[in-house]
Formats: sequence, C-alpha cells, structure tokens
Amino acid sequence: MTIAQFVILGTALFSIGLYGVITRRNAVLVLASVEVMLAAVNINLVAFDVYLADQLYAGQIFTLFIIAVAAAEVGIGLAIILMIFRNRHDADVDELDLMRY
Amino acid sequence: MVPAFVSTLLPILAFVAEEGGEGGHEAAVQVGNGGALAQWAWLIVVVPLVVPFLIVFFGKKLPFKGWELAVGTMGFIGAYGTALLLANASSPIATEFTLEVGRIGSFAIEWGWVVDGLSIMMYFLVGVVGFFVFVYAKGYMEGDIRFTWFFAAFTLFAGGMLVLVSAPNLIQLIVGWEMVGLASYLLIGHYWEDYANVDAGNKAFMTNKVADAALFIGAIIMALSVGSFSFADMLAVVTAQDASSPLATFGFWAGLMLFIGAMGKSAQFPFHVWLPDAMAGPTPVSALMHAATMVTAGVYLLGRVFPFYLDPAGLFGGQVRVIIMVIGGITLLFMGLLAFVQDDIKKVLAYSTVSQLGYMVAAMGAGAYTAGLFHLFTHAFFKSLLFLGAGSVIHAVHSNNMSDMGGLRKRMPYTYATFVIGTLALIGLFPFAGFWSKDEIIASLYEVGIEGSGTGWFVFALAVAGSFVTAFYMGRAVFLTFFGEYKGHAQPHESSRVMTYPLIGLAAFAALAGLLNMPGIATPFTSWLAARRFPMGDVHAQSINWGLVGLVTAMLALGVFLAYRIFFPDRVTQAERDRFEIPVLYPLLRHKYYIDDLYMDGIVRPTMGPLAGAVLWVDMWIVDGIVNGAGVVARGLAKLVRWFDNRGVDGIFNGAAAATGGSGSVLRLFFTGKVQQYAALSFAGVVLLAVLFIIF
Repeated sequence: MTIAQFVILGTALFSIGLYGVITRRNAVLVLASVEVMLAAVNINLVAFDVYLADQLYAGQIFTLFIIAVAAAEVGIGLAIILMIFRNRHDADVDELDLMRY
Repeated sequence: MVPAFVSTLLPILAFVAEEGGEGGHEAAVQVGNGGALAQWAWLIVVVPLVVPFLIVFFGKKLPFKGWELAVGTMGFIGAYGTALLLANASSPIATEFTLEVGRIGSFAIEWGWVVDGLSIMMYFLVGVVGFFVFVYAKGYMEGDIRFTWFFAAFTLFAGGMLVLVSAPNLIQLIVGWEMVGLASYLLIGHYWEDYANVDAGNKAFMTNKVADAALFIGAIIMALSVGSFSFADMLAVVTAQDASSPLATFGFWAGLMLFIGAMGKSAQFPFHVWLPDAMAGPTPVSALMHAATMVTAGVYLLGRVFPFYLDPAGLFGGQVRVIIMVIGGITLLFMGLLAFVQDDIKKVLAYSTVSQLGYMVAAMGAGAYTAGLFHLFTHAFFKSLLFLGAGSVIHAVHSNNMSDMGGLRKRMPYTYATFVIGTLALIGLFPFAGFWSKDEIIASLYEVGIEGSGTGWFVFALAVAGSFVTAFYMGRAVFLTFFGEYKGHAQPHESSRVMTYPLIGLAAFAALAGLLNMPGIATPFTSWLAARRFPMGDVHAQSINWGLVGLVTAMLALGVFLAYRIFFPDRVTQAERDRFEIPVLYPLLRHKYYIDDLYMDGIVRPTMGPLAGAVLWVDMWIVDGIVNGAGVVARGLAKLVRWFDNRGVDGIFNGAAAATGGSGSVLRLFFTGKVQQYAALSFAGVVLLAVLFIIF
C-alpha cells in the first residue's frame, strides 16, 4: 500500500463529491455530496498522518474534529432544507435564488 | 538740579522767575516781583482748566448741578485778581514765570504766567465780570436741558481766556486763543437743535480761523526774526532799538499779520461778521464774550506787544499803526451805524460792541495804550451789564425783538434802572465810566491830529461822529424797550434776585469804574497799567480837555435827542418813522453793507460749491470705487470658491459615490443567488490559486 493509492482514492472521492455538489439539483443530495468531499479530505489527512508518522497525530485528531463538525453541519443543513421545503414544497437548489441581488 | 520730570510735575518747584528791571532794560516804573502772590498766580489759569472736567464728570450729582463749581471758580479768580490788583496798586508788579515744556530746534516751547499790570487787569476783569455773569446765568439757564454742560463749557471759555492773558509767549497765547475759539463755538451753538445756531457757531469759528492763519504767520515771522517766541525777548529787541535785528526788516509784515489775527478775535472790519451772529448763543455767553473774554483778546494782544507797534522811530511795527488806527476808525463808525436798523436788542448791543472795539483799536493805533485798555476795562462792565439787562428782558418777554417789547419801565424796575446806567456809561455821559475812557481815546486821537497827521484828524472825526451814533442807537434801544406801550404777548415781570443782583453789582462798576482814571485829578489806573517790564512809552492826557468834552457831550445829546424824537413811542407814529428809511442808506444798513452777502456769495458759496463737488466726486468715484471694487473682487472670489466647492470638493465625494455605485452595479451581476454556481466559482478560484502556487 503506497501513499499514492490513498491520495488517488481521496482525489477520486473529492472529485465525485464536487461533481455532486455542482450538478445535483436536490438540496439533500448536494448535502450528501458535501459529506463525500469531507470524507475524501479525512482520508487524505489520515493517510498523510500515518505516512509522516506524526508524533502528535494531528491528522487523525483533525479528522475527528471534521467528523464532529460535519455531523453538526448536516444537522443544521437538513434543518434549513426542511424549513425551505415546508415553505416552498420544493428543495430544488436551482430555484433557490432568494439571495440573488 | 531738579530732574526734568519733577519740574514738569511740580512747576512751582522749578519756576524761572524773571524779575522786572533785570537784564539791562530800564523799566518805566520801579517794579517788584510780587512775592508769593505772583508765584501762585498759576492757580488762576489751572483751576478753570481743571474745573470743567470736574463739572462734566461729577456736576450732575451736585445739588446745583455743577453751577456751584463754576461760580466758585470765577469767585476764586475774581478774589485772586482783586488781591493782585490791590498788591499792584500798593507796589507795582511786573514779573513772569516760565517752564520749558519742549523744544523745537533752538526754540523753547514754554508754559508760564505773566503777572504785570496788563495781565492783572485781565485776571481781575475775567474774574469779577465772570463771577457776576455766572451768578446771573444760574437764573437765566434754569431748566435748560444741558445746564451742567453749559457751565463746563462756560468755565472752559474763561479758562481759555486766562491761558491767553497769562501767556509770556506767542505759543501759549495761540493755545489760549484757540481754546477761546473752541469754547465760543461750543457756546454759540449751545441750542444746536436749531440749525441757524449751528451755522452761527460755524461762522464764528471759520471767520476766526481765517484771521488765525494770519496770526500764526505773524507769530512765525516774529519768532524767526527774534529767535524766540517770548514777548519779553521781542520787546527787549524793540526797547534796545536794535536796527540790525531781523525784526527791523520783517517788522511791518509781522506786525500786520499779528494785527490781522487781532482783527479776527476783536471783530474789526472786515472780520466783524461773526460777532452779531454769535448772538445765537445764550445771553450770558454774549455778556461774557463781549466783555471780558474773546473779543478783548485782540486788543489785549495789541497791548501786550504795544511798544512794538508804538515804535516812534519807525524801525519795527510803527508803520502798521496807521492801518490799525484807520481800521479802528472805520469799525467804530460804520459798525455803529448798523445798530440803527436792528430790531433784535442783542444785535444792537453786538454792533455796539464791534463799534466800541473799534474805539479801543483806534486808540491802540493812536499810541494810547492806557486809553485803549482803560476803555476795554470800563466797557467790560457796562457791556456785560447791558447784555445781562437785555437777557433779563428777553427772559421776561420771550423774544429778542424790540418790536415785542416796550413799556417795561414799570414792570421791570431793576432791569430798567441798571440798563439805563449801562446805557449812560456806554454813550459816555459825565461822570459814568464810558465818559472817562472814551473821551481819553478821543483826546488821544485829537493829539495825533494836532501832531499834523491828516489820518489822525480823519479818525478823530470818525470817533466824534461815533459818539453821536452810539447815543442814537442806545437811545433807540432804551426808548423802544422800556417806554411806550407793551407790544409783546408774554406776561413780563421782574427777573428773580439771582439775576437782578448781578445787574446791580455791575451797574455799580459801570457807574464808578471811570473814576479810576481821571486825567489831571487821579490816575491810579494809568500807573497800574504801566507796571510792565518794559516802558510802554504811550502818551496820555495830562488834564481834561474841556473843549473836547463839550463837543462830545453835544454830539451825544444830539444823538439822544434825535432818538427821543423818532423813537419815543407816544410822539411818533410808525408811518412817520418810515420816512427815515432813506432810499440808499437804509437798504445798505439793512443788508449790513452787503458784506455778509459778499462773503457768502463771493467766497463761501464759490468755494463751497466746487469743494462740495470735488468731495462728492472723490466720494462717488474713489471711496465708492474702493468699496465697490472690494465688493466685486469679493464676489468673484466667492464665485471661484463656489465653483471649487461644487466641482472640486463635491466632485470628489460624488465621484467616489458614483464609482462605488458603478462598480457595484457590475459586480452584482455575479450575485446570482445560485449556490452551486458559487461553489463552482470558488472551486475554480482554488484551482487557480493552486496553479499559480505551483507555477510561481
């Protein structure tokens, strides 16, 4: 197992997540794609932490932080989407241009 | 040595006494220095200069509103003058004290006080006549809105005259001369609410200024010739008969110029025009002005420098003397004639004063120092008496015009009695004051004629005719005022005691003052006046010339008789009086020989018109030009500033706002509100940064 394999996996997952974020029209799927991107980042962090044999395990601790923050983010994000859906009976991000100028 | 500043502060510590008889000049009489009485005589001058300020500042708070300060001052001067007069009578005094206050090149500017026969007479006169007039003025000015101010100016008037008569040099004389002029201007214009009175004040001031210019020129010629402004230095040159002195070269012009100055103040033809108009002032002012102060200044000046004019050898001012005599002669007769046609009682008296001043000046011209000044002395008493009497009448009938008077003999007995005494003194009836002084003048002119001078005879004839004229106009005034029917509207009654007592006091002087100089009998006045540091050298009659007395008495009897025939009201109707309006003569007199018109149309208006035009032009084009120019410049500047403000300052702010707005309107196009677009763009940004990071 080389570091390159993990980096390629992270890159692939990040690219898939990014594609999902940009192209999906359903807000829930966009949120899910963001989670995929975060997961790619986590893989990257853990891989480099092990590879560099960090005495402080900073990469792994950061991973735990990201997982916690991502959980909170999903909670708030789903709540916002739920409220939007309740108000508009729709969760299509293309239609959600309330913050337009 | 006393430091200079101490000597300035305390003149008495550092005075320089120049005692009579010293310095190699032989005095006419043995004179002394007068002791402490003369040393402290500076009080006479200083007190009336300080008191006006006290009156102005504190007068209104005093129980008599400042009058008590004024009358106290005059009482003090009168008492001090009397003391000096008595001291001079017991042993002659002639001394002067000087104090250098400045220096122009080699000319010392000195302040000082002269104590000799002539100045003592003037101190006495100003003090005594002034005291009576000031007491009287309290009654006359009662209720005047500027009562306090009046007494301040009135005291200053007397103070100016005292500066003048105490002067040991021409500079101080000029200072006093101008102070008198200023105070008279203030007093003549006292009722300045009426524009005519302001005009009269201006006329007096301007006419005097013309003559004053000559006085200045004369003083400068005199000072440059002698090397000093001091009278003593000048008279020393004259007494030494120093023909090599520059004064001998310029003596005629210096003398003529000084005399022209004297003509202005003493209202001699052709400068007489201001004096009758000066009647616009309150009557007490006229009384003092015509008696002791102001008009006597010119005669006093002639007396002060008398040896210069007498000058028998003809080295100095001797040639001017004929001019002086003729001017005096013309004035005494022709100005007296003008009194014939005046209806205003004060103007009758005013022309009478001019005429009597003519007598004094003619006497000076004739070389009769004692006679001229003796007439000044007696005239002061009876003329102030007549003015105060006229004021009492005016006060009672509320009119100056004799056509509003008449029949006041019974209603105003004190005024009547004293006025008649004054009249008899003025026309020169034996033995009243005017008889002695005027007859001595006529006798002096007679002497000049006897010596073979045709001009002397001419002036003598004028003087004799003048006594007829005097009798006629005074008779007319008395008959129109006090006899016949009362023609006025007010209810006349005798004035209060504060006014009648001064009349009685002055009447006593008017009746008796002449006894001080009875030629051949008792002549104390002659020796008083002779107390000078230089011999005056005048001739005075040794005895009474009864032939002349008879002639003059006949003339005045004729005058009174004619006045009686024409003006004694119950005898003659107005139609008959009108017959005396002789075609050419009457209009001539009525218009004052057209001299006033000549001055007005010939000098004042032609000068005033173009002058006013020039001033208007300067005002319109230069003064207004400057002001308007400044306005235009300011407006241009304001426009520039406004432009800068609008375009510059506002431009910066508006430009910044427009730039912000413009860029905002472009940038907001990126604000689509589509979340995925934002995400794509931010990722593109990250990629861009990464690429840049890798490249650089």
